[in-house]
Amino acid sequence: MQSGQTVAYKNKILPYLLLAPQLIITLIFFIWPAAEALFQSVMVENTFGTASKFVWFENFSYILEDSHYINSIQITAIFAAATTLTSMSFSLLLAVMADRVIKGSTFYKTFLIWPYAVAPAIAGILWYFMFNPSIGILAYFLQNLGYEWNHQLNGSDAMVLIVLAAAWKQISYNFLFFLAGLQSIPRSLIEAAALDGASPFKRFWDIVFPLLSPTTFFLMVVNVVYAFFDTFGIVHATTAGGPASATSIMVYKVFNDGFVGLDYGSSAAQSVILLLIVGFFTIIQFRYVERKVEY
Amino acid sequence: MVENRPWLNSLSHFVLFIGVIVVALPIWIAFVASTHPPEALLSSPIPMWPGPDLWKNYSEILSSGISSAGGVSVALMMKNSFIMALFITFGKIAISLLAAFAIVFFDFPFRMMCFWIIFMTLMLPVEVRIVPTYAVVARLDLLNSYVGLTLPLIASATATFLFRQFFMTIPKELIEASKIDGASPMKFFFDILLPLSRTNIAALFVILFIYGWNQYLWPLLITSEDSYATIVMSIQRMVMSAEADPQWHLIMATSILAMLPPVIVVVAMQKVFVKGLVETEK
Amino acid sequence: MKYITINCFLVRCICLVFVLFSHSSAKQTIVWWHAMGGSLNEKVNTIAQEFNESQNDFHIHAVYKGNYTETMTAAVAAFRARKHPHIVQIFEVGTATMMAAHRAVYPVFELMNDAGEPLKSEDFLAAVTAYYTDPDGNMFSMPFNSSTPVLYYNREALQEAGFDKPPRTWGELEKISRAGLKRNYSCGVTVGWQSWTQLENFGAVHDVPFANLSNGFEGLDSEVQLNHPAFIKHIGKLASWQKDKVFVFGGRRSDSAPKFYNGQCMFYINSSASYSSVKANVTKFNFGVSFLPHWQDLVQEPKNSIIGGASLWVLREHALSEYKGVAKFLSFLSSRRIQSRWHRETGYLPVTHEAYQFTKSQGFYEQNPGTETAILQMTRGEPSINSKGLRLGNFVQIRDVINEELESIWAGNKTADQGLKAATERANKLIKKFLRRNF
Repeated sequence: MQSGQTVAYKNKILPYLLLAPQLIITLIFFIWPAAEALFQSVMVENTFGTASKFVWFENFSYILEDSHYINSIQITAIFAAATTLTSMSFSLLLAVMADRVIKGSTFYKTFLIWPYAVAPAIAGILWYFMFNPSIGILAYFLQNLGYEWNHQLNGSDAMVLIVLAAAWKQISYNFLFFLAGLQSIPRSLIEAAALDGASPFKRFWDIVFPLLSPTTFFLMVVNVVYAFFDTFGIVHATTAGGPASATSIMVYKVFNDGFVGLDYGSSAAQSVILLLIVGFFTIIQFRYVERKVEY
Repeated sequence: MVENRPWLNSLSHFVLFIGVIVVALPIWIAFVASTHPPEALLSSPIPMWPGPDLWKNYSEILSSGISSAGGVSVALMMKNSFIMALFITFGKIAISLLAAFAIVFFDFPFRMMCFWIIFMTLMLPVEVRIVPTYAVVARLDLLNSYVGLTLPLIASATATFLFRQFFMTIPKELIEASKIDGASPMKFFFDILLPLSRTNIAALFVILFIYGWNQYLWPLLITSEDSYATIVMSIQRMVMSAEADPQWHLIMATSILAMLPPVIVVVAMQKVFVKGLVETEK
Repeated sequence: MKYITINCFLVRCICLVFVLFSHSSAKQTIVWWHAMGGSLNEKVNTIAQEFNESQNDFHIHAVYKGNYTETMTAAVAAFRARKHPHIVQIFEVGTATMMAAHRAVYPVFELMNDAGEPLKSEDFLAAVTAYYTDPDGNMFSMPFNSSTPVLYYNREALQEAGFDKPPRTWGELEKISRAGLKRNYSCGVTVGWQSWTQLENFGAVHDVPFANLSNGFEGLDSEVQLNHPAFIKHIGKLASWQKDKVFVFGGRRSDSAPKFYNGQCMFYINSSASYSSVKANVTKFNFGVSFLPHWQDLVQEPKNSIIGGASLWVLREHALSEYKGVAKFLSFLSSRRIQSRWHRETGYLPVTHEAYQFTKSQGFYEQNPGTETAILQMTRGEPSINSKGLRLGNFVQIRDVINEELESIWAGNKTADQGLKAATERANKLIKKFLRRNF
């Protein structure tokens, strides 16, 4: 990999000018608010901000002792795991099948990449509509099978709803990466195994799957981060964290406690915790997965 | 495919077909619902084939929107979404190109620090700094404005990183040749670097357009005036309006319209997009 | 002489300059943020326009900011950035937060005093304004859109069941429901906004405290007391009535309305502001509006019900001269013509005696039967400390908690006793949380 170091330009001012737009916007809209979040997380302010008290880590101990927050962490973990598992398994299956098929592969690819373009909030609404207890076709189908679906009253139903919407939306992304991963596996390895008499099934689990592991690991990290942060729209547009906080994922709770509950200290403390989580995942992503960041 | 096993081929097609159905079903249902009058959607089972009111429903929401959700015309919302998406796309591409160019091709004090500052934005999605970012934007008087909708979103690092990675693969010889010719860095940038980056720019265009168009939380926070509403953020208001029952036929029509531009962009630029997507993250 | 002449001349010049300046100074703008969407938005704009046209000094700019939650959030955030409006419409459950914000809120009674247009409390309907007063009766905000729950009933159902008058007590309601259930009806009573109609208003009507410290009026550190036997009895009865469908739960807000509209349920308890919806949607039978039923063994003379809705609050840190405009506007709003028209067109309660009497004298209540019920229910008797309203911190979250516990009770997962006790504990935790950040 080339680095432009030895032939670098030595202009004094130009690089700063080039970097200025990105740096200025980053400082004003990213760094400054993040610093404020840190600051707010160790203060308790009254609603209108006319008075404040410094409270060290009281906000943190408060939320970590709050059963609602612990519940939110659990909900998020379940949600992330379920979404990742569902989406990745289904996409892997599709990718393996697509890898085998030569005829019609463009057709399948085109039709399978739609969900990437759909906003999570809209994916949520589509599934919300299909599961609507009065008129949703999936709810109707389930009622005929004897199950009274109602995600407005039943917490597990609500969780299933958001998992399906979130997983559905990620199918194309996972599919494309798995397909690319599969297609980069040398045919010679597979042919050699076939000559040895291994069935397709055996070949997959003994050779293909292990070789796919970098892709799998990468996708796992991406999917978990997606489930943690990009799914705000799904929850906000459909279940609003309910019923009874059954779908109150952490990112939704930050918004709800801050904007609706007007509890800025708690919201800031939750933001800081989310910051640590996303930092953790970013480090994993770059150290173990990308390996290309050298600085 | 190593050997020919017809049953496995049929199975593959079958599974893929199921996959397409699973992926397409919600969109099909939405489309069907958007073409029926409200009466058809009052009780189960609702129709599975398109109905007669396509033109009627779509023209209604485009012109006058849904009354219980403020009656904002969806055409106006789409205009706002387009402005937002295009500003974000072009803005991000432009400043990322410049920033990556500076980081890769120049040697200057604090270069590493700049790099890390930009890198940090990856750890700071909006969700992690919701309340204070809103406060900053409010203080700068940027609420309910196109600038407020787009400016805070154009500085995240992913595009910069993509370009950086690509720029690092440019052969030294090209730069040396350009220097020998006496060309300034900016001339190198415009005459050589940009043309070489075409496919990356095209792929990023697709990815960023979708990212910009699909923004939800940010527009929700900073717009409260109907004239700045975007289409993706407004869907929620239509479903959750407290007074009336949701008007599903209109909501579904709005959803279809909200999905249309990004889907068209993805499908039309499929090849470039797929290639770019796989390369951005790897 | 010359000296004096020159002086007079100079004084005249200076006066002229002042006069010129005061005429050329533009109208001062007053910003009003509200949450009235749809057709109500148009009515609000009309009021603003009429105020602007009625005088030359001030211009009201009315802005729709979204629903109540969005409007309050925006106002708080705007205040922190010092870009806030003069007037903001806040829902009743936000009262405790606003009352606690001494440095941000300019109490209306103080504003009107300072502006030389003091409010006379006897002009106002006590039960309507009480919600927003301090223990001394001073108004902190101006009620704008208030409603109270009433009993809507199906007249034909009543007759078919063999009765000619709507029930006054819950006992009577049960009797009528059971008779109707034997005939065409599949449900006795269904309700909306269950916390507001079945607990908050229940307490007011039966003179039972919902919380201590005069329902929170005397201090922010109050405690909810839902485990009072009266509440337990009522909720327990409702829960047991579900078996025979004397009571059917249909949803948290107004989701149960269709059950009344399509003739399933004989009785429907919800806000008086739903009147126009009910009128528009009830096509197959005639409906009537009556008082909320009460339990005869708990109270002989039921008290007034309490309001829901929103009021107008004034925020500090604007120019002194602008507050004169705010005062003028608030006076304009409480004028007889504007109040009466707003009441007649929207169904919200009038705020002043004057507006009420005026509307009556115009024959409005005779021509629109059922529209006076709410006011009569609000003005019966003298409000006690249990029927002036509620003031609790984190009230929005408290209502969510109450909804959850009630739904547990309806679903049979908890007894009324258990559910209300749990609601009390959780609500009090929320109040403590509120206290932590209101100082």
